[in-house]
Amino acid sequence: MSDNANDVTELGVAAIRDGVAKGDFSAREVAEAFNANVAAAGELNAFIVATPDMALEAAGRVDADRAAGKALGKMAGVPIGMKDLFATNGVQTTAASHILEGFSPQYESTVSQKLWDAGAGMLGKLNLDQFAMGSSNETSYFGNVISPWRRNDGGNAPLAPGGSSGGSSSAVAARLCPAATGTDTGGSIRQPAAFTGITGIKPTYGRCSRWGIVAFASSLDQAGPMARDVRDCAIMLEAMAGFDPKDATSLDMPVPEWEAGLTADMKGKKVGIPREYRMDGMDADVAKSWEDGIAWLRDAGAEIVDISLPHTKYALPAYYIIAPAEASSNLARYDGVRYGLRDLPEGAGLQDMYAATRAAGFGAEVKRRILIGTYVLSAGFYDAYYTQAQKVRTLISHDFKNAFTECDVILAPTTPSASFALGEKSGDPLEMYLNDVFSVPASLAGLPAMSVPAGLNREGLPLGLQIIGNAFDEQGVLNAGLALEQRAGFTAKPEKWW
Amino acid sequence: MSEYRIQGATGEWEVVIGLEVHAQVTSKAKLFSGAATAFGAEPNSQVSLIDAAMPGMLPVPNRECIRQAVRTGMAIDAEINKWSRFDRKNYFYADLPQGYQISQLYHPLVGEGRLEIQLDDKDPENTKTIGIERIHVEQDAGKLMHDQHPTMSYVDLNRSGVALMEIVSRPDMRSPAEAGAYVRKLRTILRYVGSCDGNMEEGSMRADVNVSVRRPGEPFGTRTETKNVNSVRFVMATIEHEANRQVDLIESGGKVVQETRLFDPDTGTTRSMRSKEDAHDYRYFPDPDLLPLVLEDAFLDECRASLPELPDAKRHRYENGLGLSAYNAGILTAEVETARWFEELLVQTAKAQGKDDADVAKQAANWLTSELFGALNKVGKGLDDSPVSPAAGAELLALIGDGTISGSIAKQVLEKMLETGDGAAAIVEREGLKQESDTGAIEAAIDAVMAANADKVEEYRGGKDKLFGFFVGQTMKAMQGKANPQVVNELLKTKLG
Repeated sequence: MSDNANDVTELGVAAIRDGVAKGDFSAREVAEAFNANVAAAGELNAFIVATPDMALEAAGRVDADRAAGKALGKMAGVPIGMKDLFATNGVQTTAASHILEGFSPQYESTVSQKLWDAGAGMLGKLNLDQFAMGSSNETSYFGNVISPWRRNDGGNAPLAPGGSSGGSSSAVAARLCPAATGTDTGGSIRQPAAFTGITGIKPTYGRCSRWGIVAFASSLDQAGPMARDVRDCAIMLEAMAGFDPKDATSLDMPVPEWEAGLTADMKGKKVGIPREYRMDGMDADVAKSWEDGIAWLRDAGAEIVDISLPHTKYALPAYYIIAPAEASSNLARYDGVRYGLRDLPEGAGLQDMYAATRAAGFGAEVKRRILIGTYVLSAGFYDAYYTQAQKVRTLISHDFKNAFTECDVILAPTTPSASFALGEKSGDPLEMYLNDVFSVPASLAGLPAMSVPAGLNREGLPLGLQIIGNAFDEQGVLNAGLALEQRAGFTAKPEKWW
Repeated sequence: MSEYRIQGATGEWEVVIGLEVHAQVTSKAKLFSGAATAFGAEPNSQVSLIDAAMPGMLPVPNRECIRQAVRTGMAIDAEINKWSRFDRKNYFYADLPQGYQISQLYHPLVGEGRLEIQLDDKDPENTKTIGIERIHVEQDAGKLMHDQHPTMSYVDLNRSGVALMEIVSRPDMRSPAEAGAYVRKLRTILRYVGSCDGNMEEGSMRADVNVSVRRPGEPFGTRTETKNVNSVRFVMATIEHEANRQVDLIESGGKVVQETRLFDPDTGTTRSMRSKEDAHDYRYFPDPDLLPLVLEDAFLDECRASLPELPDAKRHRYENGLGLSAYNAGILTAEVETARWFEELLVQTAKAQGKDDADVAKQAANWLTSELFGALNKVGKGLDDSPVSPAAGAELLALIGDGTISGSIAKQVLEKMLETGDGAAAIVEREGLKQESDTGAIEAAIDAVMAANADKVEEYRGGKDKLFGFFVGQTMKAMQGKANPQVVNELLKTKLG
């Protein structure tokens, strides 16, 4: 039994789903095995709350349905981790903040509900950067998430799992769950996936409902799956996506059958290589993995073309205006009046309550972004910052539009470097923000983009390759990802030390 | 109307007024949530997760609210913007759960329009056109209650998220009376359209009053804005007070500062709420939770087709098509319910008498405005709770029309109808009020009156014509009012010679 349990945690979404369906093992056995891994991995701090009973309950329902001969859902029997940005009915939902500590919503986010409806179960709520603001998972009120990976220098420095979906990436890489939800505002799915050697896709903006996801920057936030491989991402994204009348920005389009449409044959496809992403002083290992990726896609039958995305260098500054601007407004609701933390000093008035509550409830990075956002929207600065940034955003969308007249997908690195040690960059916000330089443009343009493991760098740490697709062309992205995956042959996994 | 001027110590001043009217959109659900909107519900009983701004909640525009605002725009002859957008107005307050109000600053739903006000009830030609700059839709805030706890304030979010139209006029009004006429006319139009119930006591309609003064012909002065004034009377009082205050201030060497003020209904004065310096920086920006609002032609067509006949058109039709006096046409069209009642009465009256609308319109209009209104008033009722229906009124008018009863008997019958709820014919029958046209009975009564007043007959025949009315009155009295007045007249003329 214990051997068996160890085996199933090595399996991904498709294998678990198929195994449960065939009766190779029960959903309950799977849930128990992952529950055990979660319980034993406290050192990674990937979960804020574990919900083993919920995983077992969901598994029980799947087993009963199977026994009764009922049709099983797309995710039947697959226990997953839920980023703690998704509201979960009756389960604490914090966005990794103090201000929402103890907040238990009376509603379920659309995406998580769809996953439960598809037969998935919840192992727990995953740690993240506070309000999804961060690239290293060092801004959580509930402590840093540690990457299961370590450098091959024997130094054992705790490494960043990436952010903001750092709990998700750490947990999937460490086999605490076969898959997890993530959200991506400027790279928060792709960057942590790249740092931990897993696969993650941010779909086209509007594919997944934002209803019930704690908002960071509404015009950029998109949910997506993080899993072991491309097929697992396709399966899980099918379960997560779909039109939601409760989200006015939701795409009213049918959800394609991405899993069924998977093919690694790239014949007749053109892959664009954006010259502006080739930056001076680029990390040699990153540059090498990009070259590998080009060779693999050529090998898969694709034609490689040079493309230009001329406004790339303006993307990061524009992002760090637009996202904080929206955040400063989205986070105004955390005011101590209706829910969450309330700090009401003796004899205090309303303004004092706001100040005390928000001072105590938000972390330093959240405060920094609220201040930036408030500044760029304020009278006299709005046009110079916000309006300019929106123009840049439009130009970046045009860049991609033009590029996609010459190619089908774009290949680039996911991040400028592999994972770094915790504390290494947290003192310098600008250096931290540079982590998002390759991921932010696709976010600003609302395009589907995915990170696929490409190999290890000289330190023995994973590197990711990014595929960016045209709007609504998740299939093209997934297929190019599959072609990379098959040729990269990435089988490395972190050695268990926790 | 003569020009309104404030007589200052140093000469005449002209008042310039612009109004921003907030009108609550008639809709079962709020602007961006499905919560109910009924007035007077238990505190916090009509609050959705969205209205309470719970984490992760998103606004979705309510089609009906947009439709009502578009119809309102069409009713004031305004440009409808097929592309508009929602913006966030950011500020912190306990009655504003999101920390921002969703409004439309940059691209409002409705653009430039206009509205005609009557400056004189008696003279329908004496009108003025007031420009309307825009109508935008926005969320209402909740309500703070300060009287529930010794040291804390309570928050009621029932109103939070309710749809408002902000109707912004041009600074085209020049007197309290014009502003009053504007608000009344706007209210009438909103109620005709059905986009707002216009109930100012319940806060469904309230005005921000912008006032400045200047020497006639000179450029605009600095304005003040008095917030949330909730009756026509208070709007006029606000202007009166604020204009005089500004004139006094300027004439005594002071300067008007641009500021927000509050009207105090108890004293009829305004006081400063906050100056421009303390004004919020609202950090408006497009709401990223919402896509631009794009209206399709079919939607606009439906909005237009669903508009009722509007008050001005109706008034002209009553005058020109039905031949009513300007005065009656004005009264009957001022409230949509009155017009509706009148038109039903007209249909029933024409049917009961087998005539065309135009042939009975005057009879119906006169009876409604001079008889029924007065009678209802006496019993403390209005048209909305009138015990007499239009059909019952038509029955009564038919009895007058065919000579069954006289106009003065009809008054008695109406009183009985209001008292008992019975029909006119039944009352006339029961009470024996049928008009006497039998010349024999009337002649006998005249003979008796003449015999009893031989001296007056003498005087009349001697040339004192005025006494004719006396004989009519005496005869009617003898007939207990039931004699046909025309017959009485004719017979009297013959007999008196």
